[in-house]
Amino acid sequence: MSVAWCTVDTRSEAADQAELEGDSVMPVSVDPTTVDDDRNQSASANAPAGPDAHTSGHAAAAEAPAEALRPHAEDAFAAELAALAAQDDRPRPARWKLSPWAVATYLLGGTLPDGTVITPKYVGPRRIVEVAVTTLATDRALLLLGVPGTAKTWVSEHLAAAVSGDSTLLVQGTAGTPEEAIRYGWNYARLLAHGPSRDALVPSPVMRAMAEGMTARVEELTRIPADVQDTLITILSEKTLPIPELGQEVQAVRGFNLIATANDRDRGVNDLSSALRRRFNTVVLPLPESTDAEVDIVSRRVDQIGRSLDLPTAPDGIDEIRRVVTVFRELRDGMTTDGRTKLKSPSGTLSTAEAISVVTNGLALAAHFGDGVLRASDVAAGILGAVVRDPAADRVIWQEYLEAVVRERDGWTDFYRACREVGA
Amino acid sequence: MSRVRPYDGGPLLLGVRHHGPGSARAVRAALDEARPRAVLVEGPPEADGLVPLVADEDMRPPVALLAHAVDEPGRSAFWPLAEFSPEWVAIRWAVEHGVPARFIDLPATHTLAWNTGECTPEPEPEPEPEPEQEQEPEHTEGPAPSAPSTPSARSEEAVEAVRVDPLAALAEAAGYDDPERWWEDVVEHRGTEGDVFAPFLALGEAMEALRETYGTGGHDRDPVREAYMRLQVRSARKEFGDEVAVVCGAWHVPALREKRTVAADRALLKGLPKVKADITWVPWTHRRLSRASGYGAGIDSPGWYGHLFGAPDRPVERWMTKVAGLLREEDRLVSSAHVIEAVRLAETLAVMRGRPLPGLTETTDAVRAVMCEGSDVPLGLVHDRLVVGDVLGEVPESAPAVPLQRDLARSQRRLRLKPEALEREVELDLRKETDAERGRLLHRLRLLGIAWGEPVVSRGSTGTFRETWRLRWEPELAVRVAEAGVWGTTVLSAATARAEADAVSAESLADVTGLAERCLLAGLPDALPVVMRALADRAALDADVGHLAQALPALVRSVRYGDVRATDTRALAEVAAGLAERVFVGLPPACTALDRDAATEMRRHVDAVHGAVGLLGEAVPAAHGDLRARWHSVLHVLSQRDTVPGVVRGRAARLLLDDGELARDDTARLMGLVLSPGTAPADAAAWIEGFVGGGAGGAGGGMLLVHDERLLGLVDAWLTGVSGEAFTDVLPLLRRTFSAYEPGVRRTLGELVRRGPGARGSAAATASGTPGFAAEPDAGRADAVLPVLRLLLGLNEDDRNNENDEGDEGDEGDEDAMRTGNSSVEVGA
Repeated sequence: MSVAWCTVDTRSEAADQAELEGDSVMPVSVDPTTVDDDRNQSASANAPAGPDAHTSGHAAAAEAPAEALRPHAEDAFAAELAALAAQDDRPRPARWKLSPWAVATYLLGGTLPDGTVITPKYVGPRRIVEVAVTTLATDRALLLLGVPGTAKTWVSEHLAAAVSGDSTLLVQGTAGTPEEAIRYGWNYARLLAHGPSRDALVPSPVMRAMAEGMTARVEELTRIPADVQDTLITILSEKTLPIPELGQEVQAVRGFNLIATANDRDRGVNDLSSALRRRFNTVVLPLPESTDAEVDIVSRRVDQIGRSLDLPTAPDGIDEIRRVVTVFRELRDGMTTDGRTKLKSPSGTLSTAEAISVVTNGLALAAHFGDGVLRASDVAAGILGAVVRDPAADRVIWQEYLEAVVRERDGWTDFYRACREVGA
Repeated sequence: MSRVRPYDGGPLLLGVRHHGPGSARAVRAALDEARPRAVLVEGPPEADGLVPLVADEDMRPPVALLAHAVDEPGRSAFWPLAEFSPEWVAIRWAVEHGVPARFIDLPATHTLAWNTGECTPEPEPEPEPEPEQEQEPEHTEGPAPSAPSTPSARSEEAVEAVRVDPLAALAEAAGYDDPERWWEDVVEHRGTEGDVFAPFLALGEAMEALRETYGTGGHDRDPVREAYMRLQVRSARKEFGDEVAVVCGAWHVPALREKRTVAADRALLKGLPKVKADITWVPWTHRRLSRASGYGAGIDSPGWYGHLFGAPDRPVERWMTKVAGLLREEDRLVSSAHVIEAVRLAETLAVMRGRPLPGLTETTDAVRAVMCEGSDVPLGLVHDRLVVGDVLGEVPESAPAVPLQRDLARSQRRLRLKPEALEREVELDLRKETDAERGRLLHRLRLLGIAWGEPVVSRGSTGTFRETWRLRWEPELAVRVAEAGVWGTTVLSAATARAEADAVSAESLADVTGLAERCLLAGLPDALPVVMRALADRAALDADVGHLAQALPALVRSVRYGDVRATDTRALAEVAAGLAERVFVGLPPACTALDRDAATEMRRHVDAVHGAVGLLGEAVPAAHGDLRARWHSVLHVLSQRDTVPGVVRGRAARLLLDDGELARDDTARLMGLVLSPGTAPADAAAWIEGFVGGGAGGAGGGMLLVHDERLLGLVDAWLTGVSGEAFTDVLPLLRRTFSAYEPGVRRTLGELVRRGPGARGSAAATASGTPGFAAEPDAGRADAVLPVLRLLLGLNEDDRNNENDEGDEGDEGDEDAMRTGNSSVEVGA
């Protein structure tokens, strides 16, 4: 037995290379259930929107990350990662691109001794990032919990990028995620033609991460059906993935780890079994603590997104951003910031991520149809759309909020008018 | 030995951080090594005589030295000591090794008097002025929590002065943002292997550098205290030679090393104010040591510190096992695998954060991520039970105590009522002698402001012989006991004196009657005359019917309670009757021209007086005539006077109806009058609320309507006749009235109304017939019940010789027979 896995192990590097080649040769359409594609494919699949689609057309595999609507973390922040790696003299766990300290710095931001400024990727309690990085360093799997829009995916992507230099080994959890997405699938044409062999095997991102000692990511773990979730148990506890058809197995090499994200608002969809839960260290990502922190996050992200979309920068956006954040926070908490008035909360989550999208949207409006300055009228429509999810109940809540709070507030007259106009 | 000579040109100065487990361990090691001939500890010298008690086997830390001014027990100070306090360790070491231990800080005589110098806004006990001051150097955040919690002028002063935080300066120099953690990393978490004196030396030097820069750092009284300490150290050296060890806050080390002349030190100490002080040991708790509470010693995590000090090795592993045990007890799924992973995570986190050992933050983070699934809820439990902990110290009985405290302890022992930090409920059955005594004791303590027990509503039983108390002994109650010592030397005498004083200074009549009630509950017959006199005076002067009516119920309860307890309450009954009479006279005029709120209020008063008069009925002396009859006439007046608000009128009518003083027909007439179109709908609705609404004694309002269809018919007819606009006005009132009914009653009412006018007509025809029953009783069948009734009521004038066993046997069956109207059971033959 041990001989068998030994051979697997020794050839795994080469084999993986071969498999990757094979994959790019073989179009994904052969096996529609396999979610893992080759990397460039997945990049383009993630970004099939916008005018780029015309220009790049079918040649999505073209290696032009600059053209991607949203480049991967490791590409977008390649310079920072390189600078960190160059300065990093602390011990690194096997196959880690950076030491745990550098990973934490990458996420939390800071200034390196040579003056390179690392932008903060996650604005929030330091403790959370430290626990997350330490968890990965102790080769425990990490489960990020939080309500939608608390940067779970964002943190997991950046962690994977910093630790393994690759954030694309991703399984998107859905109600229809099959076991093949987590273990492996078969290339049936090859299987029929040549019989079962490693060549006919289509590895999942998890399998690939195990073989290469990389960080795999599972998004929305609790949406995956329970029986499929259970395939993770052996992978996480024994760090091995048996392939009974071939009498082989893939053993995880050092450096392999897994980051899962789950939504704790609808955790009941497919609750984790305690056996699986036990194999994760859990970190809950909170909503931003204060208005200022949230304004900071929103303006930072809006700036980044705006740059990648080539939106002209709006000079005086911070006040509007603050206003959006205040509206969101107040409606979310069911209370005004001064703690005097109770409010009803609408059905939407009104997360920071939504605030970001409202502001980005407003910026686009201001740039293309307005005078380039972000004004109340530009964000009003976006806010209305984010708040009013249920046309009946939420609209009433929104109207009440407008009349009771917004109208009374000093300096909010323009915002009030804009909202009235949109809502009418 | 290649180490530094311990007594290098002077006493061995061991600078510590108060309540630091690492310091405690280091002190023990240093003492073991140096073997001094005397140990001097920072603390009030008055406590020297109490040192031997430390060795007593009944002495269990956490405890505190409580010093209080003799004539003003509320003025007090604490020096809390936990098992892991270096001072405690030093004292224990001295006692175990037969070496004298002395306290060398400024005597409490002066420190307590310092507080007298300034005006203290309230006689609140001031928590531990001394230790608080010393802790500041070590506990850098100390000032923030302690300043608001202590109204002492001293800490305000200190806050005003620009405070220099010496430890923060050191920590910042070392690159730490949290001075507490710096101290832990540098001192607490270091083992004591190697040179046992080196840490103290290094620390002393660091402090010296700091004090050179910052002087006293805003602690104005430090020079005086340090002068006294120097004098004490000097005299100790005269007595024992150089081999003397001093355990004090690290902040003071440089000052003690300083060479000063005796004369200069004496000069500083001249003319200090003085107050007569008493000192003793009192039990303390971990919760009180923690920073969160008012008497805190300024440490966040006494439980964790205790663990660090107590654990022989592998503190993190042991801690995680403890946590797992706790979570398992609370039915959370925690396996050994969890513990393993939590330890790994904590240790890696410590490495990640560059700390020598996982501290509380790391372990907490690890517990949250691994065992609590990221949730803070179970973590709160861990914090409460383990990090802070529920440890209550004990003090031997031989410790000196304020006389009152001794008396209290005696009573507690006699009544087997042990003071415990954990909250628990006790049920007292007042018919039992011990329980009655316990109840009295708790009532007396409450009178004295010692809130050990809090009365709660009894579950299940409403009998007057039952009392339920929630008990929880807080260490600061020891202060309250000391404070209450002003009033007397025993619980009984103190409570009596306190009640008398309260009666004289009481503000309102209701306060005095309440006090009278409490005097009875607490069994203070001696206080009653004074209270009664105050009561009579107040009642005579108070003209407000509302006040009188408010005061009456408590007074009447007292009279009744006195009956139960066989206390002589004749005087009380006299006052109560007088009060009632004045209410009778004053009530009708007081009920006119009231707005809605005042009317509702008045209705409550009417209810209260009604209940009180009912209870008072038999207890009144004959001279007052029949109170109930007079009350009824008052109610009659109220129910018929038009100027009285509807709700009060309705209520009066209802009370009369319930007492059988108002015939059904009259009631119907009254109701018809009120509900006729001439009355404003709002007033009518208020009347209905008063008549059938909820509130004290009104719970049966719904049943009344269910069973008397005529009244229901009247209400129904009125309601259908109310005009559209008026209906919206009265709706809220009606809703309030009817929504208070039980669901069953509401349903029945609804069904009755749905049956419609026909049913109502028939009901009217058969007078107050109940649906489902004939209009007239069946005389023949009903007669069969009479013998039993007679038997039960004791009206059996015919001497039947077998009545006893018949009665006993037939009881159940007879009752059933009466209830169902079934007369086939033959009895009484």
